[in-house]
Amino acid sequence: MPSDKPVEVAAAPTGGISRAAGMELELLGAPEPAASTQWALFWRRFLRHRMAVISALVLIVLFVVCFGAQWVAPYEKNHQNLLIGAVGPSGAHWFGTDELGRDQLTEILYAGQISLKIGLSVALIATVVGTWLGALAGFFGRLPEQVLMRITDLFLVVPSIAILAIAIKKFGSDSTTIVLILAALGWMYIARVVRGQVLSIKEKEFVDAARASGASSGRIIARHILPNVVGPILVNATLGIAAAIVTESTLSFLGFGVQPPTTSWGRMLSDARGTVGTNKAHLIYFPGLALLVTVLAVNFIGDGLRDAFDPQSRR
Amino acid sequence: MLTYVARRVLYSVPVLIVASFLLFAFVRVTFDPTARLRQSRDVHAVERARHDLGLDQPIVKQYAHWAGGFVHGDWGESTRTHERVFPIIRRAFWNTLQLIIWGVGLSAIVAVSTGVFSAVRQYSVPDYVFTGLSFVGLAMPPFWFGLIAIQFLAVYPKNWFGLDHTPLFFVGLHSSTAPGFADYARHLALPVLTLTVQIVATWSRYQRASMLDAMSADYVRTARAKGVPRRQVIVKHALRNALIPLVTVMALDVGALFGGLVITEEIFSIPGMGRLFIDSLVSGDANVLVVWTVVTASFVIVFNLLADVLYGLLDPRIRYT
Repeated sequence: MPSDKPVEVAAAPTGGISRAAGMELELLGAPEPAASTQWALFWRRFLRHRMAVISALVLIVLFVVCFGAQWVAPYEKNHQNLLIGAVGPSGAHWFGTDELGRDQLTEILYAGQISLKIGLSVALIATVVGTWLGALAGFFGRLPEQVLMRITDLFLVVPSIAILAIAIKKFGSDSTTIVLILAALGWMYIARVVRGQVLSIKEKEFVDAARASGASSGRIIARHILPNVVGPILVNATLGIAAAIVTESTLSFLGFGVQPPTTSWGRMLSDARGTVGTNKAHLIYFPGLALLVTVLAVNFIGDGLRDAFDPQSRR
Repeated sequence: MLTYVARRVLYSVPVLIVASFLLFAFVRVTFDPTARLRQSRDVHAVERARHDLGLDQPIVKQYAHWAGGFVHGDWGESTRTHERVFPIIRRAFWNTLQLIIWGVGLSAIVAVSTGVFSAVRQYSVPDYVFTGLSFVGLAMPPFWFGLIAIQFLAVYPKNWFGLDHTPLFFVGLHSSTAPGFADYARHLALPVLTLTVQIVATWSRYQRASMLDAMSADYVRTARAKGVPRRQVIVKHALRNALIPLVTVMALDVGALFGGLVITEEIFSIPGMGRLFIDSLVSGDANVLVVWTVVTASFVIVFNLLADVLYGLLDPRIRYT
């Protein structure tokens, strides 16, 4: 079959490289069977990080139940039952109910949609923006670099919670605005990381080779440099999700985040704050637990990704 | 060294000026001190107030006027209480400083001891326990921990043991009725614990990593080979060097704490810098907000500088250029 030929040609060098990599690892005393691609190697290392795999499963379940709340939740959203009021966990209401008799498990699932959505969108926007700005600054140096470094210097100096709270006060607190504000402050860290990586990679021979064969700067950045920075970018993006979820919940807790009727886990905690020390204290346990589990899981995945991308970083 | 410090100080001046100008402008366009006059029947009231406050001038001129006063010690007055800003900040600062001193002290002790223990007995059961705890600590939302701590360390014990008062207090730093050190300690315990959970996880991980580096260094092996007792090698050779990176990280973090205890102070009703920020923000007290941000930013800058200088003092191999 004639169509097989190009595939064979393309597959040969990849196989050769990874076999060499496998041999090298064997020489180092780590018996590792030769994998077919870098990605397979990556996956094998990630799957070996037990906590990261468990965390990934936990997060998947959490996503499914939160975004499938419509079908999964035991009660309807905002369904009130004033007759029972706030009671602790029971068979009918696993996480108890609030003063209006709303089932807390249901509320947490719906609030999770907002918390997770905000976390994901902030991390996504901040990563894309930060990656490009960091790459441009690192690649072109001089002026763009100076501008980037001076801007980040400015923002590192002022407590971020202060900037965020004032900005929300000014621009409003619907969830899209909050996402944009959080992302506007979140891109700087990743930009600095990417800049540092690009600075070293742009001196490599393959970049010179690409330039010699006529590739444009944009193409060199997108096709030759950024693929080599995927590891740090992905790790930081993951940790960025956790950071954004915590920041949003902190702002909501202080009363500057999402406003009712929208709820997030932070907002639920803010509403339940007054129940500390009363017999309705169960209202503070579960939203916080949801936050803790989510952030813990995301951090473990970040840890697993780091080990998988850069096995030498392992301690 | 001196020239390095001088250059860093000189560099931080424009950063501070630009940061404070942007904040000043941002706060000015966000909060209007004359808002409550808009209800007035006197149609010129707003205009007159704006003129009196200098708000009809261009923002750069307003800033120059404010900055001139700030440098000369005239920090303006609160638009909410009409009290001078300086004593307000000083009071709040003192309360925050107490939290920081106790919290950082406790965190340093816990971080260094667990970090060293983890490194010396790497992969032992306590090492895994500390590692697990630090992961939980890193993921712990501070406000939730504060609430849980109140519930489990103050409220529940009172009910369980049938006490008249909660064993630990969670409002403010002093009781008006029974002052004294015991009372102070009972007020401080929970906020300091909350603060410690926030920072100790990172610090102990740092200490563990740098101690592991030090323990595998050649000079440690040499010392052991010469017959220096293990305990002495750990304390005098390894720990002394392993503390250097931690000290710089601590200096950086402490600088950020002056404006970073918003949550802790809010939960435990401690009238410190964080609480002051929230109160000023909610009431739109622009004058206090601007001074607050400049003061907290200055602390970050000063402690950043301190971290760099300390690093050079502790490790003579570092050369400043």
